Amino acid sequence: MEFDLKKQTVRELNQALHDLPENSQETVVVNNLSGEHNVAVGMDRPAQVTINGHAGYFCAGMNQKADITINGNVGQGVAENMMSGRVHVKGNASQSAGATAHGGLLVIDGDAAARCGISMKGIDIVVKGNVGHMSSFMGQSGCLVVCGDAGEALGDSLYEVHIYVKGEVASLGADCIKKEMRPEHIEELSGLLEAAGCEDKPEDFTRYGSARQLYTFKVDNASAY
Amino acid sequence: MCGIVGLYLKNPDMESQLGEMFEPMLLAMTDRGPDSAGFAIYGDEVSTDMIKFTLQHADEHYPWHDLAGKLEEEFDTPVSVLHNANAAVLKFEAEEMAAREAIEKFAPDVKIMSAGRSIEILKEVGLPEVIAKKFNLKGMKGSHIIGHTRMATESGVSMEGSHPFSTGKDLCLVHNGSLSNHNRLREELKKKGIHFETENDSEVAAGYLTWRLREGASVEEALESAIEDLDGFFTFTVGTQNGFAVVRDPIACKPAVIAETDDYVAMASEYNALSTLPGVESAKLWEPEPGKVYFWGKG
Repeated sequence: MEFDLKKQTVRELNQALHDLPENSQETVVVNNLSGEHNVAVGMDRPAQVTINGHAGYFCAGMNQKADITINGNVGQGVAENMMSGRVHVKGNASQSAGATAHGGLLVIDGDAAARCGISMKGIDIVVKGNVGHMSSFMGQSGCLVVCGDAGEALGDSLYEVHIYVKGEVASLGADCIKKEMRPEHIEELSGLLEAAGCEDKPEDFTRYGSARQLYTFKVDNASAY
Repeated sequence: MCGIVGLYLKNPDMESQLGEMFEPMLLAMTDRGPDSAGFAIYGDEVSTDMIKFTLQHADEHYPWHDLAGKLEEEFDTPVSVLHNANAAVLKFEAEEMAAREAIEKFAPDVKIMSAGRSIEILKEVGLPEVIAKKFNLKGMKGSHIIGHTRMATESGVSMEGSHPFSTGKDLCLVHNGSLSNHNRLREELKKKGIHFETENDSEVAAGYLTWRLREGASVEEALESAIEDLDGFFTFTVGTQNGFAVVRDPIACKPAVIAETDDYVAMASEYNALSTLPGVESAKLWEPEPGKVYFWGKG
C-alpha cells in the first residue's frame, strides 16, 4: 500500500490504516511529507509503516502493535501515548517524544528536544543523540536510554523509570539520583541497546532513578504547604 | 497560538524571489494564526542621509501625495511615495525625529508603522492569504523578511495589536506566546517614556526592547536581558537592518525550527512552513535551544 501526501490527505491515510483487517501485516509506504501533523496516529494493526520525509506533530501517536519508521525528523509528541509496537525516527525529534506512553519501543537516531518521555508510563525510549531539559519528568515506569548527553533537570519528580545516560547530565531534577548499576540493569540495558541497534557498551552508562522522597505526603513536610 | 516565519537570504541572486519564497511560508502558518498577519521586509535601502517611513491609514484612497507635498515644503527636499493598498512608503532626506514630528503634525490620523533605511512593515487584520494578496507580498524583493500570523489570546484583534511591532530604526519584533508580567512592565516602561497603543502583551515586549536599545544595548544584549525580565512563554524573532535574531524562553514552551542551506536561513514555528523552500530536503534542520540568542545576517 502506498500513499502520496501531495495527492492524498492525512485523514485518508489514517482512515486506510484504521481500516486494515485485524492482524494485518501490510507494508505501507507514505511519501511526500511536508511536515503534516498526525501522520499514522491511532494504529491498531501489526503493520509495517515507512514514512519518507519530515513529519509534524504527534506522528505515530497512540500506536498499538504497528512498526513505524520515519525517514526524517518529527515534530512534537512523536509516539505520544503509544501502547505497544515500535516507532523508529531516523532523524531528530522535537519535544515531548514518547509523552505519557504506556508501552512499546521508541528509537530516535538523532537528538530529542525537551521533555522527552514526560510522564512516561511503561514505554522504553532509546535516544542515540542527546535529550533536552526536563526529560522523563514525572516518569512512572519504563526505561529512558540516552547515548549522548541529557539537559537540565533530568528525571524531575521521578517515580519508577530507569534512566541510563552515557554522556553528561547537565543537572538532575528534584528527587532524581545516581544509582548503582547492578547485573539486572546491565541485562535490561543490553537488551534495549540491542533492540535499538546500538553498539554502545552498557558498562559505559550511568543509571539514574528516583530517591523516592517525593512519593507521598510526609507529615514532616507539613509546614511547607 | 501564533505563527512566526523568517527568511534571510545568503545568496543575493535570490533577492528578487524573496516575496515569492516567503508567501507560502506565511500562508502555511494560517492554522496557527488566522485573525491577523503582517511582515517586515528589508530591502531597497536608502542612503545614510535619507529616511524611509512605512505609513498606514484606514482609507485606501488616502491622499499620500498631499502629505508628501507638505513634507517636501517642510524639509525642502523631494519626497518619493510608493502607494501600496492602504499603506505608503515615503522616502526623503531628513532626521528621523524631525520627520516623525512633521508626519504627526500634518497627518495625525496616519499610523507610522516603521522607520529606517531598509525596513517596511505591513500588517492588517484578516487571513494571511488576504493580507499577502492585498500588499502583493509575492512580488516583493529584498534581503530578508520576518512575518507573523496571529491568534489573539491576551488582547483584542486589531491592526495595532498585530505583528510585527516596530522597536526602533530598522528594528522590529514578532512574538509567539504570552507574557504574564506585561501589566507591571508596561507601567514601568511608560515611566521611562515608552508609548503604548494597546493592552497587548507583545507590544510590551517590543516596548521593552525599544527601551533597552535606546539605552545603548545591542540587539543581543537586549534579548539576553529580555530572557531575565520577561516572565512567560515566548519565541521572539527580531528583524534588524542586517538580518534576524531568534530567542526562545528557557522552558521552550513555544516551538521553533531552523533550516539552513548555502542560499538561506529560514525559521518557522513549524516545519511545514519551511517545506516549500528550494533545497529544504537537504537543508540542515534543527531546533534553536531554549534561552539562547541566535543571530543570522551580514557582518
